Amino acid sequence: MAALEAIVPGDLQALGDGQIRYTMLTNEQGGILDDLMVTRRGDHLFLIVNAACKDADFAHIGANLSKGNRLELMPERGLLALQGPEAADALGRLAPAARHLDFMTSDTLHIGDIPAIVSRSGYSGEDGYEISVEADRSEELARMLLDQPEVKPVGLGARDSLRLEAGLCLYGADIDSTTTPVEAGLLWSISKRRRADGGYPGASVISGQIENGVSRKRVGIRPDGKAPARAHTEIMDMEGSVIGEITSGGFGPTVGGPVAMGYVSTEHARADTGIYLSVRGKSLPARVARLPFTPHRYIKS
Amino acid sequence: MAVKYTQEHEWITTEGDIATIGISKYAQKQLGDVVFVEVPDAGKTLAKGDEAAVVESVKAASEIYSPLSGQVTEGNGVLEDQPATINGSPEGDGWIYKITIGDASELDSMMDATAYADYVAGLE
Repeated sequence: MAALEAIVPGDLQALGDGQIRYTMLTNEQGGILDDLMVTRRGDHLFLIVNAACKDADFAHIGANLSKGNRLELMPERGLLALQGPEAADALGRLAPAARHLDFMTSDTLHIGDIPAIVSRSGYSGEDGYEISVEADRSEELARMLLDQPEVKPVGLGARDSLRLEAGLCLYGADIDSTTTPVEAGLLWSISKRRRADGGYPGASVISGQIENGVSRKRVGIRPDGKAPARAHTEIMDMEGSVIGEITSGGFGPTVGGPVAMGYVSTEHARADTGIYLSVRGKSLPARVARLPFTPHRYIKS
Repeated sequence: MAVKYTQEHEWITTEGDIATIGISKYAQKQLGDVVFVEVPDAGKTLAKGDEAAVVESVKAASEIYSPLSGQVTEGNGVLEDQPATINGSPEGDGWIYKITIGDASELDSMMDATAYADYVAGLE
C-alpha cells in the first residue's frame, strides 16, 4: 500500500480486502498523469489504468516502486463492462454472488464456468459491473452476457453520453497533466489523512490549492438552446471575454438536451451563472450547472 | 425530375429552377438519433461545396456541404424544433433546404436512385 501511496493521493491503507478506490497518478505540479481504479486483493493491489496511458503508467509505476514490490502486467486479460439498473439481474443469473457484491468492491467469481474478477463499479453513473477475464475467454463471456434478456451491446457513443451525464471525467479530455484534482473537482478522492500527510508527487501544490483556492474549476454546462457544444468550444462571460473551454460535450439522452463540462475561471463557477459558448462563430447562451446532470444510481448497501 | 444523390449522401429533387436538398435514408441511419439541425437562412448565397447546414446526432456533428451553387430560398424550420424528423422522414418532411439552381450542369454528375443504391451496397 505504502509503495503505491508514494505516487497516488488515494487512501490505499484504508482499503479492506476486495475494496476499490478511484485515484490518480500525479506529477510534481499536481497534474494528473492518469486516473485509475485500485483494488486490494489480499497482499496485492490490482490496478486498472487507461489503455491510452498504459505504457507511460507502467514505466512511471515501475520506476517509483520501492524494494520488495513488483509490478506485474496482465496483458492476457480483457475487461468487459455490464452497466445499467438490471445488471444485477443479468449477472446474478450466471453468478449469484454478484448480486451481493457491494458498490466499489470486487471478488473472484465464476460466471458460468469462466473465472473472472468481478467489480461492482463502472463508468456510467448506473449500477453495474466491470469484469476482468482471460482474453481467450472474453468473447465467450461477452456472448453469455448478451444471451441474457436484459443485455444489449453498446458502443463508445452510449458510454460517453452516460459518463458525461454522470459528470465523470474522461482522461485526456476533462483531466490531463495540466489539470489538478482540485481544479477538476476530484478532492473527494483524497482523504483527510492524505491531505494532511501528503507524500505523493505534487502534494505541496495540491495542499496549497486546497488552502488558497484555484483560479479555474471544472463545472457542468447546460446550453439554453438545442445546439450541442463539443470539446474545445470557447466559453465567454456575459461581456464576451473568454473565461474557459469546454472539455466534453454532446447531447444527453437522459437529460433530453445538450450537456457539457469544462473549465471556467473560479468567479464564474457558481451554478446558474450565465455564460456564452462560441459554436460555429455564434455566441450561444448557456448556464453553469451542477454535476452530475443525472443522479448517480449506484446500489450501496 | 427524379431524385438524384451525391457520394456524400445528399439527395436532390428539382422543381423548375428550385432544388430541394436533404440527406439520404442511409445517411440518417449512419448518424443515429438526430438531436440538432442548423439550416441555412433564406437569401444566403452558396457555392457548391460551401457549408450549408449542420446535422448533429448523439454520436457526432456533421456538416452538410451544398451540392449545388445558388441562393437559398428556404431552410426547413421544422427541423429546429423537431430535428428527429430527419430520422423519421429523411427523404420527405426531413428536407433541409431549398436553393435556386445556379448551374444546372452540377446535377449531371450525380447518381440516380439505382446507381446510389449500388453505391451504398458497396459501402456495407
